[in-house]
Amino acid sequence: MAAQAQLAALGDPTRRTIFERIARKPMSVVDVAAGLSVSRPAVSQHLVRHTTQGTRNVYQINARGVEALRAYVDALWSRALADFKAVAEASYQPKRRSK
Amino acid sequence: MDAAVKPVSVRKSVTVNAPIAHVFRTFTERQNDWWPRAHHIGKCEQFTATLEPRTGGRWFERGDDGSECDWGRVLVWQPPTRVVLQWSIGADWRYDPALKTEVDVRFVAEAQERTRVDLEHRGLEHYGDQAEAMRNIFDSPGAWAETLTIMAGAAENKPS
Repeated sequence: MAAQAQLAALGDPTRRTIFERIARKPMSVVDVAAGLSVSRPAVSQHLVRHTTQGTRNVYQINARGVEALRAYVDALWSRALADFKAVAEASYQPKRRSK
Repeated sequence: MDAAVKPVSVRKSVTVNAPIAHVFRTFTERQNDWWPRAHHIGKCEQFTATLEPRTGGRWFERGDDGSECDWGRVLVWQPPTRVVLQWSIGADWRYDPALKTEVDVRFVAEAQERTRVDLEHRGLEHYGDQAEAMRNIFDSPGAWAETLTIMAGAAENKPS
């Protein structure tokens, strides 16, 4: 069943990590693979779509369906809230007293 | 299809070391400073994300050329404890007022200078009606693809 296949694909921790890293910013395959116990070719296997634009290889997550969208939105808010926390804390000037 | 659609939502929490009023203002007044730059729907690279601070207010971005793109509406405005936003950005990454997903954000003062923010983005199942467009998100080279795309560098990285 296609839906089960999608869930299985996104349930794979490695694939999910790759997905969230790419959601943060465009990056090279080498950077995506950094820290993961997978080889660059293995990373590429998770990025199903591979085309060439000029001299660049372009990889895209092959993810579809609502569950894929949910994973995307999840990664989007993770990124947004991390930056939000940083901005909120950096802009706050506490009136600290020594205890 | 008559079958009930299973609700799909995303929940996130973050704890911020600042007072609740400051955290609420940062969320509602300074979105431009923390919203990921790649995720916007207008054609301008430079833009300002704005939330009108009242129930029924607009939530939109304004490009540096003056063009505006709606993102949604303010459904609930209860400073400094809660804000609910209607997120109407369709699967084609365009404003679609018929699409009603909600971003419910609650602010909880855990201490004088510590605030927990609980965020729920719900109604994602409504994208199910846009299955065809949703596929295009991931296939098109537009705004979404920008974040879902990695460039494998120059030709020297190209597997031969």
